[in-house]
Amino acid sequence: MTFSDTLQTSLKTVISYRMRSLLIILAIALGVAAVIMLTALGNGARNYVINQFSSIGTNLLVVLPGRAETSGSFLGAVLGQTPRDLTLKDAQLIGRLPQVRRYAPLNVGAAELSAANRLREVTVLGGTANLIPIRHMKLAQGSFLTHGTERAAHIVLGAKIAREFFPHSLAIGQRVRLSGNRFLVSGVLAAQGESMGFNTDEIVIIPIDYAQTMFNTTSLFRILVEANHHSDIESAKQAILETLRQSHEGENDTTVITQDAVLSTFDRILHALTLAVTGIAAISLIVAGILVMNVMLVAVTQRTAEIGLLKAIGATSMDIRRLFFAEALWLSLIGALLGFLLGEFGSLLLRLAYPQLPAWAPVWASFAGIGVALITGILASLFPASKAARLDAVQALSKK
Amino acid sequence: MIRLTSITRTFHMGDQAVYALNNIDLRIESGEYVSIMGPSGSGKSTLLNIIGLLDKPDSGTYELDNRLITDWTEIEQAQIRREKIGFVFQTFHLIPRLTAAENIELPLILSGIPAEQRQIRVTQALQAFELLSRAHHRPAELSGGQRQRVAIARATIMQPSVILADEPTGNLDHKIGTEVMVLLENLHHSGTTLIVVTHDRELGARAHRQIGMRDGKILTDHRNDIL
Ligand SMILES: Nc1ncnc2c1ncn2[C@@H]1O[C@H](COP(=O)(O)OP(=O)(O)O)[C@@H](O)[C@H]1O
Ligand SMILES: [Mg+2]
Repeated sequence: MTFSDTLQTSLKTVISYRMRSLLIILAIALGVAAVIMLTALGNGARNYVINQFSSIGTNLLVVLPGRAETSGSFLGAVLGQTPRDLTLKDAQLIGRLPQVRRYAPLNVGAAELSAANRLREVTVLGGTANLIPIRHMKLAQGSFLTHGTERAAHIVLGAKIAREFFPHSLAIGQRVRLSGNRFLVSGVLAAQGESMGFNTDEIVIIPIDYAQTMFNTTSLFRILVEANHHSDIESAKQAILETLRQSHEGENDTTVITQDAVLSTFDRILHALTLAVTGIAAISLIVAGILVMNVMLVAVTQRTAEIGLLKAIGATSMDIRRLFFAEALWLSLIGALLGFLLGEFGSLLLRLAYPQLPAWAPVWASFAGIGVALITGILASLFPASKAARLDAVQALSKK
Repeated sequence: MIRLTSITRTFHMGDQAVYALNNIDLRIESGEYVSIMGPSGSGKSTLLNIIGLLDKPDSGTYELDNRLITDWTEIEQAQIRREKIGFVFQTFHLIPRLTAAENIELPLILSGIPAEQRQIRVTQALQAFELLSRAHHRPAELSGGQRQRVAIARATIMQPSVILADEPTGNLDHKIGTEVMVLLENLHHSGTTLIVVTHDRELGARAHRQIGMRDGKILTDHRNDIL
């Protein structure tokens, strides 16, 4: 029996057992589609987080009080006991380092904002002019602490707050009160929405001196630092730690987190998550493989008399083995290709439904999905095919 | 030429041995027309299966065309079944999902004959057995006589030298059965060795040589005078 006749004959068999073939193909297709869609989803989530995280700054380092147990982890800082405070003087020292392009000391607190008969609690950032570019925030209108007004009682409003307080008039130039202190609105932030759990549309920014007075503190919440180049990040980190150690009487009591390190941590975690989810989806392909085995075993039983007949008219055991093997191969192949199309289509729907989620399945996932489907299909058919080939012709013929 | 010497075939049912064939000696020349008769369980089918290389004897030797079948490998035996032997069964053994033409085509596919040649030969066979109008019908849509004609067309499409028919008329009424026998006899007339197992004395009597079996043994071996 020629190779192409074997393929054609078994394809005809697949087609004539329409219902059975359809169900098996569907089971395999769903498994492959699940692998592709889940990796697309995982990959999309990963890219989403990375995009979001990249959007908060470039070559960013964050200095915070408290010492991390190991570099690269900030758990220690979170759990840290009583670290020495970060001060404006520390920030200025950091600003003098050659690897540092610019820096922004930061204080955060909450205060009551009132104007035009309205009153609400807002998150207050105390910063300098550099805060806005370092943190990749954009001003829709006006300015913040530009040259000559560094000491002025100016305030920048988040987009939503500006809309709430001054729905009908221009916010710039208006006077507001923050915790009873008067401020002049000098700028309004462009609406950016939430990124990394922080909504810049609902904050206000005031000069850091005013913030420290208002919150009655001399210590900083963070210092944001932008390195000159990507390649400077690591040396900037070491230089900052060294500078602060000297300034803090030899104590290593600060932590520097680089955006880079956090990004690669996120990247690793989400990549591992994607793989895990893909693995789970791949299990459904193993299940489909077991289904193929079961269906082929049933086929051998159902077609016992037919196998006997084929032997009587001169089929070799190898012919029989190949016929059953090819039948399972067709089922797996058609299922895998259908699953690939389904998976790509599903990913497309995901991208349409969630445009911010770039749900593209990586090429390896498609290959892995199709490959696992084919391999399990092939493995699952080996036993039934050899069972069919080994049948005794006379006994097979006497089966009804 | 078929030559069986001291052929024994035993089946074991629990610890009891059943002699399906008990020390059979038989020689059938090329072109003979032989009928095998005997009660149910006398070993007729087993004898046919051994001649057709579907079954192996436990002891004894079988020569086909002056060669011991034990000299042939499994693959060579399959080739002999393909090229030299045609089986016809009581229950037809057609593949239900294939059409009449596709069933007839099977031996040609197994032999690796190209599709264009297969078409020509299948059409010729359909014509010869008056099945052209039924070519694309499945077995379920055919009458018993038509099914057996398809089975005979399949058995002869490779132009075998031996036709082995195991109660080919067992599932057919007398009239249709006789028609089928005539078809088989026509094959014999063109030179094929024809061995038919039958229950029907009248049909069995048509053969030039009648073998009677009982309990795995050949009891009678009778030749008609060839007129
Ligand atoms: N596969 C088998 N297992 C056990 N016994 C068998 C088997 N095949 C045939 N026999 C026995 O061998 C004897 C001959 O069977 P068979 O050749 O089919 O007889 P016939 O065709 O003349 O009716 C019977 O007694 C039958 O029961
Ligand atoms: Mg019988």
